[in-house]
Amino acid sequence: MKIHVMGPGCAKCVQAEKTVKEAVAEAGVDAEVVKVTDFQEIAKFGVFSTPAVAIDGEVKVVGKAPSKKEVLAWLK
Amino acid sequence: MALQLMGGVAALAAWYALYSQLLPFSNWLTYDLFGLAPASHLGSAVQFFAYDTPKVLMLLLLVVFLVGILRSFVTVEWTRRALAGRRESAGNVLAALLGVVTPFCSCSAVPLFIGFMTAGVPLGVTLSFLISAPMVNEIALVLLYGLLGWKVAALYFATGIGVAVVAGWVLGRMRLEPYIEDWVRDIRAGEAAMADQRMTWTQRFAYALDSVKDIVGRVWKYVVLGIAAGAAIHGYVPEGYLAAIMGKATWWSVPLSVLIGVPMYTNAAGIIPVVEALLGKGAALGTVLAFMMSVIALSFPEMVILRKVLKPRLIAIFIAVVACGILLVGYLFNAII
Repeated sequence: MKIHVMGPGCAKCVQAEKTVKEAVAEAGVDAEVVKVTDFQEIAKFGVFSTPAVAIDGEVKVVGKAPSKKEVLAWLK
Repeated sequence: MALQLMGGVAALAAWYALYSQLLPFSNWLTYDLFGLAPASHLGSAVQFFAYDTPKVLMLLLLVVFLVGILRSFVTVEWTRRALAGRRESAGNVLAALLGVVTPFCSCSAVPLFIGFMTAGVPLGVTLSFLISAPMVNEIALVLLYGLLGWKVAALYFATGIGVAVVAGWVLGRMRLEPYIEDWVRDIRAGEAAMADQRMTWTQRFAYALDSVKDIVGRVWKYVVLGIAAGAAIHGYVPEGYLAAIMGKATWWSVPLSVLIGVPMYTNAAGIIPVVEALLGKGAALGTVLAFMMSVIALSFPEMVILRKVLKPRLIAIFIAVVACGILLVGYLFNAII
């Protein structure tokens, strides 16, 4: 599983990455967390407000940092 | 849903009961408990601080929550679609108005700019959005309402939107598209992700509560500091002291305020309490309004972020046009009020 966390590095983007990593560790799933900061890459996902999280290419949230509960639900 | 509605009504009633007790409480605290004389410098400063701080914070809590509910409907994706293919003029007005309610943080200005460009939103319309979004927001309006009354708040809203519409329209007429960074023009964006996400009311409430925690958690320090500075000016600077330098009669005070305000950067929460105090000491409304707008609308950090998508020349023209708009607002109000 590949998880993309998108954001140029604002406070919420850092928070989103931290939450995702914690959730991955907690769920014990085998997932690679990739931080995407390049704006062209972010645009390719069709994301125009950050932070955003995509799992295996599918965008799950845009414009806010997800809660750990939400991320755990996506990982199932 | 029914449970949340009941909770909401109960919270609103408690809010109102507490809010209506703030003035008697601040008087009791200052004059009875501390025993300060109402006419003294310290007494007037302490009473101002003890009344205005909780008042503004409580107003912020309520309004940020309500705006949070509104923002759960007006997402960036929604606004992007609403503005796509709009003509200028009507597009500028719509963009300036949507700038007020669309969730926006200057840190995500670049993805938003790309999103608008790839959706075919004209440059001038996009710039109208980018001018109004940081300048006209619920925090500025709550502070103006709480400290200066609804007339000044309404004036700020109307002129802020006016500057965003006119400056964006003028910039659009100037054909500045060549000064967008080349990579932005070549970008191929994917289909907007999650453009149709539907939230349940439970999710909207959670979203609004989150934004209260986030926004009020961030700005409360500025509010307290700003009101403390305002209280000091209130109590200690003599009445009419500023009339000579920031009054109506001094023609150069408006351009000077804008010139000082552009490089300065703080959010609305920090500047408005100071503005309130300046007004009380004889500064003219137009001058103060121009000062405040230039501080909030044109900020160095935001220009650094926009520099990633705009060439230096466009940034310079953008700052110049917006500053001219603000200047006009300042002179207009000094002339008619």
